[in-house]
Amino acid sequence: MTDIHLPTTSIRITDEAAAAKRARMDLISSVVRYALLFGVGFLMLYPLIWLVGASFKTNSEIFSGAGFLPQSPTVEGYVQGWQTSTPYTFGRFFWNSFLIILPKVIGTAISCTMVAYAFARFDFPFKKILFGSVIAVLLLPNVVTRIPQYILFRDLGWLDSFLPLWVPSALAGDAFFVFMLVQFLRSLPTDMEEAARVDGANSLQTLVFIVVPMLGPALVSVCLFQFMWTMNDFLGPLIYISSVDKYPVSLALKLSIDTTEAFEWNRILAMSVLTITPALVVFFAAQRYFIEGISAGGRKG
Amino acid sequence: MAQVQLKNLEKTYNNTNKVVHGLNLDVHDGEFMVLVGPSGCAKSTTLRMIAGLEEITAGDIIIGGQRVNDLSPSKRQIAMVFQNYALYPHMKVRGNLSFGLRIAGRPKAEIAAAVDNVAAILEIEPLLDRLPKQLSGGQAQRVALGRALIKNPGVFLFDEPLSNLDAKLRASMRVRITDLHRQLKADGSSPTVVYVTHDQTEAMTMGDRICVMQAGHIMQVATPKELYNAPANLFVAGFIGTPEMNLIDGAMEGGEFVMGGQRLALGGELHGRLSNQPNQAVLGIRPQQFSLVSEGPALRAKLVNAEFMGHEVYMHTDCEGHRLISVVGAAEFEARAESDVVRLRPDPKTIHIFDKSDGRNVSLHGGSSIAA
Repeated sequence: MTDIHLPTTSIRITDEAAAAKRARMDLISSVVRYALLFGVGFLMLYPLIWLVGASFKTNSEIFSGAGFLPQSPTVEGYVQGWQTSTPYTFGRFFWNSFLIILPKVIGTAISCTMVAYAFARFDFPFKKILFGSVIAVLLLPNVVTRIPQYILFRDLGWLDSFLPLWVPSALAGDAFFVFMLVQFLRSLPTDMEEAARVDGANSLQTLVFIVVPMLGPALVSVCLFQFMWTMNDFLGPLIYISSVDKYPVSLALKLSIDTTEAFEWNRILAMSVLTITPALVVFFAAQRYFIEGISAGGRKG
Repeated sequence: MAQVQLKNLEKTYNNTNKVVHGLNLDVHDGEFMVLVGPSGCAKSTTLRMIAGLEEITAGDIIIGGQRVNDLSPSKRQIAMVFQNYALYPHMKVRGNLSFGLRIAGRPKAEIAAAVDNVAAILEIEPLLDRLPKQLSGGQAQRVALGRALIKNPGVFLFDEPLSNLDAKLRASMRVRITDLHRQLKADGSSPTVVYVTHDQTEAMTMGDRICVMQAGHIMQVATPKELYNAPANLFVAGFIGTPEMNLIDGAMEGGEFVMGGQRLALGGELHGRLSNQPNQAVLGIRPQQFSLVSEGPALRAKLVNAEFMGHEVYMHTDCEGHRLISVVGAAEFEARAESDVVRLRPDPKTIHIFDKSDGRNVSLHGGSSIAA
């Protein structure tokens, strides 16, 4: 009995020692890992942090050092920046952006869902060719279509209006979103839709009551992407909008750069902070669905 | 009236891949018909064609006297229960049950009454305000059943509804479904059921009649008892029954079946049943129909393995290179002579002889004693 007992004890002691050593190593490794992650994360976020900090600095302080903490914080940049050098306040430009974004996001969600549903679930003549052309559009550089598009919208009399900025997207013109939703739909089982058909729902009812709720996460991603890209879009408004009262924020920011003689950097920075705020807020609010939507869509891609 | 008739039903995928080869089947009003077969035998495809979820390549489907080939699923007086339940994930149980009625635009009071009624029958009242993901497999199955029941259809279609449940639950759901069918019949609504499964136990215990399918062909349509006692061909014989029927290749010579070095005298009774005497034949004997004997005509086989199952023993034996399985009583097994070689006597009344060339059972003729 004893000669069996002794070795087990010694084994236990070595076990405990090994466990303690392992725990210590685990601790060290996680400290190192987190320090490294924190460091790199801080480095990457620094420009953003600096932007926020600098927007509260005075104009002269901005270029005096690379630190981000303002010595005497002031909201002067925000107050003056909001007024702008034009007859309009920045609120007007936000409103313009909103007028573009709202129909564009809603239109994209509706049209892309319908197109994707058709591609993913129905058989119709020339389906392969049509889907092939959707993918082809996806691969086509935007620049190539700029001039024909401009001429088309000019002939339609849509220049200097918001229409060229949102109508194409609201008619499922963004192949990327169609593709993303098709991939997501393909990963969903069809049983529920069949059950709905047996229950008497027609295709549209099936789409609205069954498919759209299941598409939720993917649709959130689509809306978020569209929101952020539209908010950040500079070239589109630059080409099609010519009157200042129709400028969205992306153009308005540039406006404050070239209309003033000496750049008021604090105003520009303050307005930049305001400009990125909506996108950040929306992103964090919908983050959970967003990531779900992207990863689920990508799984089968 | 909700009789289901399939007439020369065919299904071809992509113009080349024919999976259903001219099925003819009559399911009577109020009957519980089970389609059973190994996976890939097109039983689910057939069911989906009846439901209207799959297009029909050729032939006709007639439900309640009406040709339904071109009708949408909702117009065929059917309700379907899917293998993985197919509950709408974003709707509560109540919403799942009432979806069909809401789509049909029925008044709210009527819908509420129907939901309560079905929930009471299936004992799912406490679950009505839960989402499908908060249900266990058995509960989800009952909700799926309720969604079919609430429509009060002429025909219920079940697509392997129990295959996702554990064995115990499956057994209790089996009884529940047959009870429900009986109850509905007693209430006078007489619903017809077409039930697809690959599980022969489900088929045998639930079906009024069973349609055994293989590779898009119907092998036999009969009552469970008839299928077991009088399989029409080798496929049915091998498919129905646990353990499987022993099928032994050999030849018929005079009144005897010859296999390897052994001859088995089949007796006059079997001879009376034979419709023809094939040269090359397959002898079919159910494991339960062997008895251990010490003398007389019997097959001599070497005992390889014995599985003790409680009141009976599954004996795996080797007989002229064929593996024979026999089920004998535990007491009988214990009492056998202490030897590796056992003598197995099949009951001549239950022996089947199959023609090896086409697999037909040639021992059914005049076999009223076994066809029961």
